[in-house]
Amino acid sequence: MPVTDARTVPAAPLEAVNDFVVKFANVNGSGSASANELFARAILRMGVPVGPRNIFPSNIQGLPTWYEVRISGAGHLGRRGGVDLMVAMNPQTWDDDIAEVDVGGYLFYDSTRPLAATKMRSDITMIGMPLTEICNSTWADPRQRQLFKNILYVGALAALLRIDMGAIETLIAEQYKSKPRLLEPNVQALRMGYVYARDHLPAIGLSVRRSNAVGDRIFIDGNRAAALGCVYGGATVCAWYPITPSSSLAESFQNYCHKLRIDPASGRRRYAVVQAEDEIASIGIVAGAGWNGARAFTATSGPGISLMSEIIGLAYFAEIPMTIIDVQRGGPSTGMPTRTQQADLVACAYASHGDTRHVLLFPEDPHECFEFAASALDLADRLQTPVFVMSDLDIAMNQRLCAPLAWSETNRYDRGKVMSFEQLEAGTDFGRYKDVDGDGIPWRTLPGTHPTRGSYFTRGTSRDAYARYSERGRDYVDNMERLLRKFDTARSLVPPPVPNASHRPTTWGAIYFGSTAPAMREAVESLEQAGLAMDILRVRAFPFSGAVREFIESHGPVFVVEQNRDAQLRSLLVDDFGLDPARLVPILHFDGTPITARFIVGAVKAYAHEAGMPT
Amino acid sequence: MTWIAKPRLHHPTLARNSLGYTRRDYEGKVSTLCAGCGHDSISAAIVQAFWLMDIAPHRVAKLSGIGCSSKTPDYFLGPAHGFNTVHGRMPSVLTGANLANRSLIYLGVSGDGDSASIGLGQFAHAIRRGVDMTYIVENNGVYGLTKGQFSATADPGSVSKKGVANTDGPLDLVGLALLLGASFVARGFAGDKAQLVPLVQAAISHKGSAIIDVISPCIAFNNHAGSTKSYDYVREHNEAVNQLDLVPSRNEITVDYAAGETVELAQHDGTFLRLHKLREDYDPHDRIGAMNYLHEHQARGEVVTGLLYVDPAAQDLHAGLETVETPLNLLSEAELCPGAAVLEHINSSLR
Repeated sequence: MPVTDARTVPAAPLEAVNDFVVKFANVNGSGSASANELFARAILRMGVPVGPRNIFPSNIQGLPTWYEVRISGAGHLGRRGGVDLMVAMNPQTWDDDIAEVDVGGYLFYDSTRPLAATKMRSDITMIGMPLTEICNSTWADPRQRQLFKNILYVGALAALLRIDMGAIETLIAEQYKSKPRLLEPNVQALRMGYVYARDHLPAIGLSVRRSNAVGDRIFIDGNRAAALGCVYGGATVCAWYPITPSSSLAESFQNYCHKLRIDPASGRRRYAVVQAEDEIASIGIVAGAGWNGARAFTATSGPGISLMSEIIGLAYFAEIPMTIIDVQRGGPSTGMPTRTQQADLVACAYASHGDTRHVLLFPEDPHECFEFAASALDLADRLQTPVFVMSDLDIAMNQRLCAPLAWSETNRYDRGKVMSFEQLEAGTDFGRYKDVDGDGIPWRTLPGTHPTRGSYFTRGTSRDAYARYSERGRDYVDNMERLLRKFDTARSLVPPPVPNASHRPTTWGAIYFGSTAPAMREAVESLEQAGLAMDILRVRAFPFSGAVREFIESHGPVFVVEQNRDAQLRSLLVDDFGLDPARLVPILHFDGTPITARFIVGAVKAYAHEAGMPT
Repeated sequence: MTWIAKPRLHHPTLARNSLGYTRRDYEGKVSTLCAGCGHDSISAAIVQAFWLMDIAPHRVAKLSGIGCSSKTPDYFLGPAHGFNTVHGRMPSVLTGANLANRSLIYLGVSGDGDSASIGLGQFAHAIRRGVDMTYIVENNGVYGLTKGQFSATADPGSVSKKGVANTDGPLDLVGLALLLGASFVARGFAGDKAQLVPLVQAAISHKGSAIIDVISPCIAFNNHAGSTKSYDYVREHNEAVNQLDLVPSRNEITVDYAAGETVELAQHDGTFLRLHKLREDYDPHDRIGAMNYLHEHQARGEVVTGLLYVDPAAQDLHAGLETVETPLNLLSEAELCPGAAVLEHINSSLR
């Protein structure tokens, strides 16, 4: 075995306990994903919060992929920015990977083949371990050589970072509970890596120490949580078309239903899932089911929203309940299918031709993906309109530490204003588009309810309050104005914004939403330490509640932090409240990676600097 | 105009079906289509078929796309809910409606533009899934509402009212439906009600996707000498393979012993289809034979009508999805929500 070439360097090596960033650079399809997840989960089992993120290509095998793990005893789950320890397992991306390491940081690499000195950096600690050589001399099967190389480096990292080997071995045992044949070689590889690192590699300044900072939180990805929300919220029809990053949501729904929604007497299913031929058919199926009184949803991403827009407009005008979970990715066009963005806000808020406005919900994490998926089904029935849950790839496809999913036994589905046979039989006046209660929401009937009363003809074209065909201008205007009243009613029904006031009085404020939340909270702490106190408000729905306007009116400057190029939330705020756009300062991150706390801090400090404030 | 309701006064001597309904109870609003439009004859056939079958009109959901044909559901079955959806997307909306409540009868009405042009994909996939519905294409080979453009079923060489000859090849929805595996495929002619009414009845009683392509001449834009979808052309070239009766199961079954000329097919709902074979060589159980027959006659310029193929043992989408018998839209919260205890168990598996 070659001697490892660990070298200490002049720049002081970073030292940190439970507060650093490890990034794994791998080749897609090499089996690294499960090894990397094992690494993150082991730290979690030690009671230390982690925020892992897959940064992966639109590819099955061969292209570069990264897994970034934020380890934060303080509980910061967003991306911080920067890398303290790079596990550089992909020669293709070596140059970029080594450049990304913070000064004083560490780089762990496979030293089987010697690397030219020009490929090294002197201001970080290089830790070489001959992984390939160890694998080749231990295993004969090429697939095993590849897979165990991943486990080997997990073992080595456990030694370097002082991760509890017991925690890792327990996780491996859980993973291979049903395949004991695989358990032993995995544990053997893990221990081999551990022993090698312990005996041959230098100690480093980063370490994990057992803590109690995880509490009762759960570790789940947003798509699974949203799928469970749809199960709990009573969705019975799901129609979908495969599209990254939403596909696993529909697949999870199907899996959970298979376990939780089987009629015990007949063994038959209390749900229907259709993988449609495209997104147009998906939303058509959802529209038909909603029209006919079933709770129905689809999961899609931006390109799917584009295709669905005509039927979404029909559903707005025909007043059909439907739930659309948009797991946003980089656009336009096919854009960056495996990268995250919050760039579908405008497309969803005004989806379709003509004058439309739709209700949007913005979950911050899997906990809210669950909650909002279930409440979207209620809101859609209550408001008789499409309701969007605006997830994104960062929340949806990464496992996130979050509060346990919550369901109260006192929850009751809100089916909205559906006129029953008894009401019709009693002679209740039925006007399908008549505003009886002043909230803009009319009553509806379901097909087949009554032999002679309550039937109506649903159209995308004009009609009067009794659903009779009409092209009269007055009827059209009355109807469109009622739809606006209904949208105003939604304002008071959607989840309210969540304020977070600074410890010190300040006029500075920031508005943010969705997956930006953890980076935003960390940035605010960091800014406050730097003397820049700021109140923040997390917006959770469109239309916005009055509290959002009050926040804007009582602060200045007001930053709007979002992950798109065109400041789309800011546009919605300006439009919804008729604001002067100059009141809102955009902070925009849209390179396809999740926004970092450092990025937000940098943007705010730059603003302060320009404003002539000391920073 | 569409908002004109027909007077509700019934002649006291009007015949009633076993539910006590007269034919008038199956009518809708006054048609706004052109006088003489084939589509109105199809609407009349639909009214007659549902009345004859003793189906309460409000137990039907009628859905359509966009176009002249798609306006017609307002002109029949007034007590039924209707949905005039989006151009070419009726099949998906109907599929969703059917998933939500399997206890209703679904009637999809479409046209050749709606199903063969913009909606060809949805036409195909609804058939693939075996959605339980009667899908009527009112086929006139022309776009009526936008004034006379060719549709995808127009024959090459057929000449528009403005004198332009069509050079594109035609799509034959009957041939396609056979190819796609539809379990009931028929063609009718708006001008032949005696054949059309039993075809609609048979389609309604069929479990699965029942496709009826009805040649329906457009009196305004496609009923002239150069058209292959005109009343005159179809009457001259109609090649009927059989004449159909639907025999309700409660009636005494009397078998017509004209050997070799009558076939009886038991349907899922207990009814029988009685086929009077006009062509000795025609077997409606043979999908490949049906395709050959269709293409041979098509090559001679003949329009084959009748029940071309049926699989009486067909199953529908709900069978494939294994859904419960109770309509999904009637399931209670207790049947849908797994509850807090189950969620706590899920939470603990995620730590």
